[in-house]
Amino acid sequence: MDFTFLYTSFLRLIVGIPLTLQLAFSSIGLGLVLAILLAAMMRSRLLPLAWIADGFVFVFRGTPLLVQVFLIYYGLGQFRPYLDEMGVWWFFRSPYYCALLALLLNTAAYGAEIVRGGLQSVPHGQIEAARAFGMSGFTLYRRIIAPIALRQALPAYGNEIILMIKATSLVSTITLMEVTGLAHKIISETFRAFEVFFVAGAIYLAINFTVTRLIALAEHWIAPDLDQASRPIEVGKLSH
Amino acid sequence: MPPKSFFELMQWGPQGWLDEMTFATGLTLAVAISGFLFGLVFGTIAAMGKLSRRAIPRRLADVYTTVFRGVPDLLVIYLFYFGGSAMVTAIAQKFGAQGFIGLPGFLTGTLAIGIVSGAYQTEVIRGAYLAVPPGEIDAARAFGMSGWRLLRRIIGPQVLRYGLPGMGNIWQLVLKESALVAVVGLSVYFYEVKLGDLVLIYETRFSDLLRQAHVAAGSTRQPFVFYITAVVFYLLLTTASTWAFRRAETWATRGLRQV
Repeated sequence: MDFTFLYTSFLRLIVGIPLTLQLAFSSIGLGLVLAILLAAMMRSRLLPLAWIADGFVFVFRGTPLLVQVFLIYYGLGQFRPYLDEMGVWWFFRSPYYCALLALLLNTAAYGAEIVRGGLQSVPHGQIEAARAFGMSGFTLYRRIIAPIALRQALPAYGNEIILMIKATSLVSTITLMEVTGLAHKIISETFRAFEVFFVAGAIYLAINFTVTRLIALAEHWIAPDLDQASRPIEVGKLSH
Repeated sequence: MPPKSFFELMQWGPQGWLDEMTFATGLTLAVAISGFLFGLVFGTIAAMGKLSRRAIPRRLADVYTTVFRGVPDLLVIYLFYFGGSAMVTAIAQKFGAQGFIGLPGFLTGTLAIGIVSGAYQTEVIRGAYLAVPPGEIDAARAFGMSGWRLLRRIIGPQVLRYGLPGMGNIWQLVLKESALVAVVGLSVYFYEVKLGDLVLIYETRFSDLLRQAHVAAGSTRQPFVFYITAVVFYLLLTTASTWAFRRAETWATRGLRQV
């Protein structure tokens, strides 16, 4: 094996790590806010709100992320005059913002289902008991519903975070040079796909391993009384 | 020339793009099915490895599932597309060929999707196998069944039943993942040779759905129209799959007590 080449590739690839992480975490953070909003809409008694949320989730979970990225970045370019007039063209012109928007809408759709599942798992008796104690509205959510739902949803949300870190690789198709984009560039220059895959793959595995450990710590932190084995960890659970 | 309307663009035939988009949907489906079947082969082998009593197959299967579930699919597609071609070129040059030899995109694309989906299928197959009650296997052995017959009569049908919901999830994943082959430009050429006084060769080139949308968007300068059409076609595929898998689950659990 050519260690010099591996090392120089490594030095070139780590330059892309900040962009990968930045896109992953900003889309996950903003996506979570939208996911909670969507989950609330899905449970709303106002049917049109529920329909909008259901439709959003259906479309974004039913189509490939890459199509969503292309639709936003290339597709919306067709409406440039209108977007210009509205003063938002600077946003849709930038591959970074378009990628961020596509990633965040996509993860919000999957996240909404996870949040909804978490909320559904809250035993009704707990809510009744809290009501009997005089809790309602925000207090009920803050003290009873949110903590239970969070414990239930965190393992699935951890999966979603890993999937999003991998999904950031798609932004390389709209010229953003994160780890996969740089890997593609090095491969096209050198045609040494195996070595580059080895190094880039190791970088992703290292990131994902770290994140998995952090999620496991967070799970333990929010529910130290729960035994690891009794928690519903869905093996091979996928969403994308 | 004024821009064409949506319905003018979406005509069937040489004037519009509907026929191209429909064939492209067919190719996307073909890529997904082949990728899924490759994945079934890799997944079964890796599940056997994980269930093995020996340490080496277990370790190898663990490495396989960890790597291919932890690395972006696009990176794997690049590995197969460029790596596969580089390997074939190197071998060909040993035999005196010159230049760069590209591998057919269909093969490398479906193999890459197969390797990735196989890593996910491993866990489903393993879980489904472990869900088969050991008592049933003991009973079958007591009846004198072993090897192939045990697999075919007792284990196989139950693995299929327990694994079906998980496989449905993976099929949806594969269907959406197949869009990634558009990045390396997968296309299939069909040749039609007509014999007569003259030998005519027609060449038709098919691309996958996303690639086709990309090409049409470039040539008509109406990208939104074509990407939104691609969205609709993908939704048709995923919705039909959801329905089909629900039917299959009903069929596979027929005669079973419902809880």
